[in-house]
Amino acid sequence: MGSYVPNTPSEQQEMLKECGFSGFDDLYRDIPESVRLKTPLDLPEGRSELGVRRLMEEMAEKNTIYRHIFRGAGAYNHYIPAIVNTIAGKEEFRTAYTPYQAEISQGVLQTIFEYQTDICTLTGMEASNASVYDGAVAAAEACEMCRERKRSVILVSGTVDPKTLSVVRTYSFGRDVKVISVPEKDGITDTEELKKLLTSEVSCLLVQHPNYYGILEPMEELTEAVHAAGARIIESCNPVSLAILKTPGELGVDIAVGEGQPLGIPLSFGGPYLGFMAAGKKMMRKLPGRIVGQTVDCDGNRTYVLTLQAREQHIRREKASSNICSNEALCALRAAAYLAAMGPEGFRSVAVQSTSKAHYLQEKLAEAGLTLCCPDKEFFHEFVTVCPEPEKVLSALDKNGILGGLPLGNGRILWCATEMNTREEIDKVSGIVKEVTGA
Amino acid sequence: MTFPENLKYTKTHEWIRFEDETTAYIGITDYAQDQLGDLVFANLPEEGDEVTLGEAFADVESVKAVSDVMSPVSGTVAEINETLADEPQLMNQAPYDAWFIKVTGITESEELMTAEEYQAFIAE
Amino acid sequence: MKLVFERSMPGRGTRYLPDLDVPVHLPDAAARQAALNLPELPETETDRHYTALAGQTYGVNNGFYPLGSCTMKYNPQINEEMAALPGFTQIHPLQDPETVKGCLEVMETLEKFLCEITGMDAVTLQPAAGAHGEFTGLLLIKAYHRERGDMARTKIIVPDSAHGTNPASASMAGFDVVSIPSDGNGCVDLEALKAAVGPDTAGLMLTNPNTVGLFDPNILEITRIVHEAGGLCYYDGANLNAVMGIARPGDMGFDVIHVNLHKTFSTPHGGGGPGSGPGGCKAFLAKYLPGKGVEGSIGDVRSFSSNFLVAVKALTYILSIGREGIPAAAENAVLNANYMKEKLKDIFPMAFDKVCMHEFVISMEKMKEETGVSALDLAKAMLDHGIHPPTMYFPLIVHEALMVEPTETETKETLDEAVSIFREICEEALANPQSMHEKPLHTAVRRPDEVLAARNPVIRYDFEA
Repeated sequence: MGSYVPNTPSEQQEMLKECGFSGFDDLYRDIPESVRLKTPLDLPEGRSELGVRRLMEEMAEKNTIYRHIFRGAGAYNHYIPAIVNTIAGKEEFRTAYTPYQAEISQGVLQTIFEYQTDICTLTGMEASNASVYDGAVAAAEACEMCRERKRSVILVSGTVDPKTLSVVRTYSFGRDVKVISVPEKDGITDTEELKKLLTSEVSCLLVQHPNYYGILEPMEELTEAVHAAGARIIESCNPVSLAILKTPGELGVDIAVGEGQPLGIPLSFGGPYLGFMAAGKKMMRKLPGRIVGQTVDCDGNRTYVLTLQAREQHIRREKASSNICSNEALCALRAAAYLAAMGPEGFRSVAVQSTSKAHYLQEKLAEAGLTLCCPDKEFFHEFVTVCPEPEKVLSALDKNGILGGLPLGNGRILWCATEMNTREEIDKVSGIVKEVTGA
Repeated sequence: MTFPENLKYTKTHEWIRFEDETTAYIGITDYAQDQLGDLVFANLPEEGDEVTLGEAFADVESVKAVSDVMSPVSGTVAEINETLADEPQLMNQAPYDAWFIKVTGITESEELMTAEEYQAFIAE
Repeated sequence: MKLVFERSMPGRGTRYLPDLDVPVHLPDAAARQAALNLPELPETETDRHYTALAGQTYGVNNGFYPLGSCTMKYNPQINEEMAALPGFTQIHPLQDPETVKGCLEVMETLEKFLCEITGMDAVTLQPAAGAHGEFTGLLLIKAYHRERGDMARTKIIVPDSAHGTNPASASMAGFDVVSIPSDGNGCVDLEALKAAVGPDTAGLMLTNPNTVGLFDPNILEITRIVHEAGGLCYYDGANLNAVMGIARPGDMGFDVIHVNLHKTFSTPHGGGGPGSGPGGCKAFLAKYLPGKGVEGSIGDVRSFSSNFLVAVKALTYILSIGREGIPAAAENAVLNANYMKEKLKDIFPMAFDKVCMHEFVISMEKMKEETGVSALDLAKAMLDHGIHPPTMYFPLIVHEALMVEPTETETKETLDEAVSIFREICEEALANPQSMHEKPLHTAVRRPDEVLAARNPVIRYDFEA
């Protein structure tokens, strides 16, 4: 059996004796007898490392690894340079705790400072935190940042990822805050309906851009309407799209959030991922969670520390605006290392290739008989098609080792392409779909 | 430590300077800033907010602590001192210039101490 | 050290992608105008940058890490290899259930094991951290009272010794927090608890062993008082490492719990995350759990199923050490803590000098008064000796606190060495108190100016400067 207890039984007896204990039971004398377990736990016996490896590998083998992935919907298949895995695997980063002792944690503090800088660069905002659990939680926390005494109602556009909406609703159940969904129209937020809903009680609008269907939202129009009503606007964005689209900063939104998984983090069945959050300077102190700042040490050397801590739960306790006391540091490190490896040209290329391939895929699928939804709308690297028998299309692709788009019901499929999908692969998809539809 | 004669003081270590019967400026005393150490931020209310006698209207942050600032009067916040956001060190360096809020329409006030009484109070 | 941006030189970047093989398409919509200030480095430079940064980071593999309440135990390498299997890392979270049977098996097996270890009936793996688990558990309590129409139950009782996350989580879940004092032993004051409970009590949050490292001997009485008042009992699993396989929160009378896979179940802390804080509950609350697709659920607390790879690591650990290894780890954690405590208590005043669980709290209040040397000074001095200091200034009920948690994965020799370093520092502090304010002397940087950092926040690199 595996064990990570180094002391031998005789050493343990010796230590017990040195402390004046007659046995382990002595150590647990404060636990009431009726609470002590009388029988061993109903768990398997410990196994050797080889035994565990076999068992875990068997489980991993029960999963289907798709070599060709055309599904996104919140988790994206991008290329991860080998160096990103090397960096994230470094044991000092991996096995360190939250960097409370700055003097021996400059490495991890600096990686977070660099990550914060990258997030500010991508979003065009002035202040980023050290990250939160995932993109949906980032959205929920951003909604809380906007709450004011007289403004608490949260508007969520109907084109926001339903998983994000679900998390915002859960957080709002906690805070007893009302969430209203803004209807969508032709694949985007219905601006007219939005204006009707923008009462003096509304604190914010959460909008996703590109939205759940991959479509670009009329951000300028939405921002103007929301600000005119005295509320704030939160943009949930795909970080890859920010390489080529107007930044949240340029659009004048108040808070930018998103799922950082596309930045060098593997699909991993949904986690761990990375929620990024960035805001203008005025809202900096409302950002939840850890923030790293630059200062000097007593010798005048540039130094990094966790800062603005008086906002946080360990000081404010029940008056803190959030309970978060960790970040996804190792995922943030992955993101920063990924961006450092790709550089501006490489990262821009990821965005350009993704949107170009998505458009090529859309054309080929149209040729194969899948109709594009909302054809007058611009999309980034995801789009929705409609056809009579989506299940047949997806299962035909599956038989060829291809993970097709995500079925959304009513004949709709949400497709995604990235730099990972080759022209050859896309042509093959089109051919298979054609056989099903008979187009 | 200094305690100007023209100000009134509270047991919770705020100073208040009346402009007239219903208008006043409020800040924290020299003694308070000394006890709290290096202050790094003040969370202030918004203009137009109501303050209530005996309730916190702001808080001040040091690196590792946060403390409430109580209101000795009831009234309306007419103005906040925005320079504190850029220069929080003023709260330490010049506590009697570093007013937090200007309150108007004061309807009630707690029993306040003179400089002399306050000095005796903190000496206890 | 240079920032990655300061190492950057245009044109030096490494290329990782092939040329585009389809026609270029760019959106018509307004394009990004802002400069894309990402670093441009050849791969050698990128690699060296991060190797240098790793060199200024202290992890469990660098040495002793007795950081109280954080359970910095060794992170087995096999866990990492299993979590890196392509059969786990390359799985899209929205694949058809038929194609992710292995992932589901990982999750179901881990949930079952956690139920058994904690004495709960159901577990969700959604929460990504302990605080996230607390929030989830408190929403369960809220949903339970709401569904019964018991709207008056708006208060959560939290001992003054609790982690700050407890009151913050309660507040996020919409509850008012009632703080109750601890008794002279750092345990729950029963009279204060009795006085605090009533028809407005939604529940109690408790860490047991508690934050001063003691198992509350009145635990059954405590949970009974809360239940009789109509409240539920929440178990903060921060300190489960001391009692796993020895006693279960479910048998102590707790209804809702969270555990920290990154503390108790050996998954690494990653410099602040990702962790994982699964939530568990008794059967009568199971329908409220997130992620189970059951009607009545409080809803999701994240996008996808879990911090899945963290779950893989924890499962690998439990399978490795197994039924016997779980209590054996707890026993050695408690033994190591008591051993260190005994070896230190003649010169370091213990806040509560009795048999401790997996950690103990020293109070440097007397030394501070007599010599001016604070807990902070002592902690900083330890940095020069190559060990990570204990947790400072927690719990809040102990003044000048240093909280020591050696964990079970340290050898007797490591403990002996740490004890001699602690003693050496203490002697130095008594002999030359002034010198302690200068510590550390030999670290990459010395004491930072935290006031400057907070007064004038610089939280990103300025490319224009």
